Order: sequence, then C-alpha cells, then structure tokens
Amino acid sequence: MAVKSTFDFDQMLSSAREAYGEELLKMAEEGYEFAFTYSDNVAISSSAGKLIQNYPERCINFGIAEPNQVGASAGLALSGMVVYSQVFGPFLSLRTADQIHTDIAYNDVNVRLIGTHAGVTAAGGPTHNCIADLALYRAIPNLIIEVPADANQCKMAIRKSFTHDGPMVIRIDRGGSPLVYADTDYEYEFGKAIETLPGTDLSIISAGSCVYWSLMAAKILKDEYGISARVIDMHTIKPMDYEMIDKCVKETGNIITVEEASINGGLGGGVAEYLCERGFNGKFKRIGLPDEFAVLGDPDEIYKYYGMDPEGIAKTINKVMNG
Amino acid sequence: MYEYNIDINTVRELEDKAYKIRHDLLNFIYRIGMGHLGGELSMVEMAVALYYKYMNYDPKNPKWEERDRFVLSKGHCSETLYTIFSDMGMFTMDHMVEHFETLDTAQFGMHSNRKYVPAIEVSAGSLGHGLPIAVGMALGARLQKKAWRTFVMVGDGELAEGTNWEAIMAGGHHELGNLVLIIDKNQLSMTGFTRDTMNIDPLADKLRAFNWDVREFDGNDMYAVCEALQNLPPSSWESRRKPICLISNTVKGRDVDFMEYNWKWHGGGIAKEQLEEALESIKKRYEQRRSVR
Repeated sequence: MAVKSTFDFDQMLSSAREAYGEELLKMAEEGYEFAFTYSDNVAISSSAGKLIQNYPERCINFGIAEPNQVGASAGLALSGMVVYSQVFGPFLSLRTADQIHTDIAYNDVNVRLIGTHAGVTAAGGPTHNCIADLALYRAIPNLIIEVPADANQCKMAIRKSFTHDGPMVIRIDRGGSPLVYADTDYEYEFGKAIETLPGTDLSIISAGSCVYWSLMAAKILKDEYGISARVIDMHTIKPMDYEMIDKCVKETGNIITVEEASINGGLGGGVAEYLCERGFNGKFKRIGLPDEFAVLGDPDEIYKYYGMDPEGIAKTINKVMNG
Repeated sequence: MYEYNIDINTVRELEDKAYKIRHDLLNFIYRIGMGHLGGELSMVEMAVALYYKYMNYDPKNPKWEERDRFVLSKGHCSETLYTIFSDMGMFTMDHMVEHFETLDTAQFGMHSNRKYVPAIEVSAGSLGHGLPIAVGMALGARLQKKAWRTFVMVGDGELAEGTNWEAIMAGGHHELGNLVLIIDKNQLSMTGFTRDTMNIDPLADKLRAFNWDVREFDGNDMYAVCEALQNLPPSSWESRRKPICLISNTVKGRDVDFMEYNWKWHGGGIAKEQLEEALESIKKRYEQRRSVR
C-alpha cells in the first residue's frame, strides 16, 4: 500500500506533544484503564491537562523529581497497571537513566515513557537539549525506542503501546512540526520501518521530525541535483528494522541517516554498526547534531546552522554523492 | 487502640523461627561463598515477623493478588529472603545452592531478581530504588481500590541516596496510609559507621518533617517488632493519612559475636571455622533470650 506523504497534501502543522495527550484523553473516555504520571511541566490548557482535570484520580503529579516519578511509575506498573509517564526529554534520559535501566527495563514493566522536547526543540541551551538519549536508550536491554514521525503517528504509537507487553520509550519533539502523513491509514507496526518516499540512488533513513526534513531534502535533491532519494521512516530505533536496511542497500546502494540527536550512538550509529558488520561498501553519511554543546538560538536556526534543514541535508547528500 | 500486650507465645514462636533463619542463612552463605551477612543478619526479626505473622501472605501462592507486598530495597540482602522462602517450602536449600549464580541455569543471584524468584516483588540491588517503586505500588493499590499494604525495607546507609527523599516527600504529599517504610538502621554501611560516612540523624525528626508517622524501636527485639507491626493502622485504599515509618534500630551482624558492629562483615563469604563459631554464637544468644522469655 502506497503511503500518502507530505507531497500529497498541503503542509499542516501539528504537535506530537499535544497529540499524545489527545489520544490518552480519548482512550480514557473510551474506558481504557491506565495511570498517567507527570511532572510539573504539563500545561492545564493542553490535552494532557484536560486528562488530568477530567481523570484526577489516575493522574499523579510528582513535582520536579523525575527519578522518583519514573521509579514510582515502575511501582504502579508492578501493582498491575499500564502506565504512561510524561517527562521532559533531557531530564528523562539524563536524570532518570538509572531508573529506566533498573526499575523499568530490568524489572520489565508496562511503562510507556513519553520523552518530550527531543533534540534542541526545547530551546534554552544545552541544559535543555535532548541529544544523548538515543545513544543511551540503545544501550539498555529490553527497551523499545519509538520515535513517531508526526502527531498522527504519535497517536498510533500511544494507542498501540497500550497492549504491548514490556517497557517502551516514546520520543517526541516540542510540537509545531509538519505532518508527514495525511492520515493514519497505513501499516504501522513497532519494529517495522516505512518506505515514505520511493527513490533509487540512495536511501535517507530518518526518524521523528527529521522524516519531514528528509522528504523536503529529497524534493530539493530531485529538482536541483537530479538525485533520486528514497526516504525511510525508521520510527522504531530499537529493535531496528534490519530487513529494511538490507532492502535499501540492495536497491539504492547508498545510505544517509538524519536524526535530531547527537550523531554519536543514535540512529546513524545503529545503522553504521549494522552496515559495517555486513561489509557495506556504498556511500554513507550520518547527519545530526555534532559532538559539541549546541550553539544558542531559535531551534530552527540551530538546525540550519548544523545543516539539518532540508537545504543543508540536500547539500550534504549531493556532496557525498558527487563530491 | 494501641496494644501493649503482645501474645508472648507468638513472640516465642517467631524468635524460634528467627533463630532457625539465622542458622540456615549462615549455612547458605557458607555453601555459596558469598553474601552480605551483616545486613542480612540485622533484618532477620523484621523479615520473620512480616512473612510468618503480620503480612497477608500465602507462601503457596506468592503471586496471590491480594497479598501484602514487601519490597527489599537493600537488594544485596536477598539471601535472608531466599532463606525464608526456602523455609516456607518454596524450594530446598540444595536447590538454591545448585542454582546460585550458575550462568544459564541460575535461578538465584546475590541481588534479588523477580524473574527468577516469583516471591521477589522487585528486582533490586542498586540502592535508592525501592522506596520510589514502593510509593508507586501504594498509589497503584489506591487506584485499583485494593486493601493490600506495601512494605518497603531500606538500609540506613542507603538513605544518603537522594531518590529516597524525593519518594519520602511524595509519600507524605500523597498521604499514602497504605505504605510502610521500614528503615533497618543497623548503623553501618560498607566502609564504616553511617554517622561517619554520611550522618542521617536525627532521622525520626527528618521523617516527621516530611509528614510521616514515625515509630522507633529495637528491631532485633522480637517483642518490640511485634508491637510495632500489631499497631499499624488498618490498611485501606481509601485511607489518606500520614504514611508509616518504622525506624528499626538494629545491629549489623546481629547475634554473631565477631560480626556485630564490624563493617568488614558487610559482604563476602564465610570460612568453615568461622561458620562453626558463628553457629555457636547465635545458639548462645538464642538460649540467653529464651532464659528470660
């Protein structure tokens, strides 16, 4: 089934951060039984805020104490509940790494950690940048890492995760990102990547908001450089869809990765590890945040500065292909 | 109403059991060659009183839904629990020794793992994790309208971990009347007295300031332990009251002369001659206790 991507409809902005709350609210109204734990950063005006107001008994505020929030979420799950836990992304990964490792993954509990503000989208400088999380999560056994490409996919991840057995991290950005898919009418499974745009010269493997940027970059590559780029939405970073990588290698030869995180150890790192062990000899490049604390500024400007906007991605890819 | 008169026969029976658990535990540690005897010996009275008398618990069905939960945050002391589970008939001592940290046939490890041992509620080992998890369990009982209670045992050295204080704050804030925090205050951590490594006193004042109902007693005196557990307020999912903190003042290495107050017995194995001396010591202490009660 062909996927209807951004090219098929006018650009629409939406927010995965708003979407997770909307979907949880809807699920609560439909009778799904779950607990929601959160920190002192959920706006009452948001959908998650409405969930909290309408279902106060199952929504628990832990103030500004993320390790306790994540540990207690494990306890709630051990008592028999499915738990959704929203934490500001940089603090989820760095402050509660110990709890994710030991309380959630090692204890194998049904907690869905929702890490918001991926990459540099929180603004406010490196204390609020979420760049090390993918590398960290990848090294923790028994943890599914899901990075929805847009708000609609985020809703599917939230709903699908209810019946998934085991721990999971769902990583989303701050919000206000364009929709990648027109609707939810396509096959979506954890661990199964999506070919979002067909192409023959190379494959851009991406996740999260970067899927949209990659699609835009593919358009520029086609229009300005005559390069046909395939775009893969690798929404599950772990377990990674190696079959899809094999298919891309076979059919397009060259691989580029784009991610809203440090280029060290995340999506690009995972793809590179796999390719190297397979004796890959095509062209390869990781695009992402470099190994430095990011410059200060507006998130869109920062991404542009590091060549992660569509033009920057296209330029880098052209250089890799023809340089 | 507070009950001062604890049935003396119950106390004697539990003391007999505590003696047997110490005896089996020492033999177990001798056979597997590793353990954390200091903290495992200090917690015996409390663990015995809970599992054999005061917890709503069915050893034949350790996953019974209505059971009270016991979370051992000081997960390095899990051999005391294994010994109790063995005594309750869940598995034999030989079986435990045969499957202790034996790679792919392992069913028991130095740090408790709930996947291997069904009676273990939480896989633990890293300190400062048990109390936040227990806060979540108590909240879970409340959300699901369950009457069961959550007990969590932490060590006093462990209280230097900041996560405990986040959880203590949350327990008081959410008025978790169905949560009981037991502090096995055996005064020592791995390399010395807690008052020297990181002083946690005045502990009761600290907990009270965080809105906990604190009760303090001699945690190696079975009568005092029974009195504390018998006087817990009834547990109900509706109860919103101060959570309970039992400061159980104990002695690390309790009842083994050469281990008491000696941080060197925090971890490790025990040699044959030491085992014999230790067994002599716990016997002597048990007889002394029996002579007055």
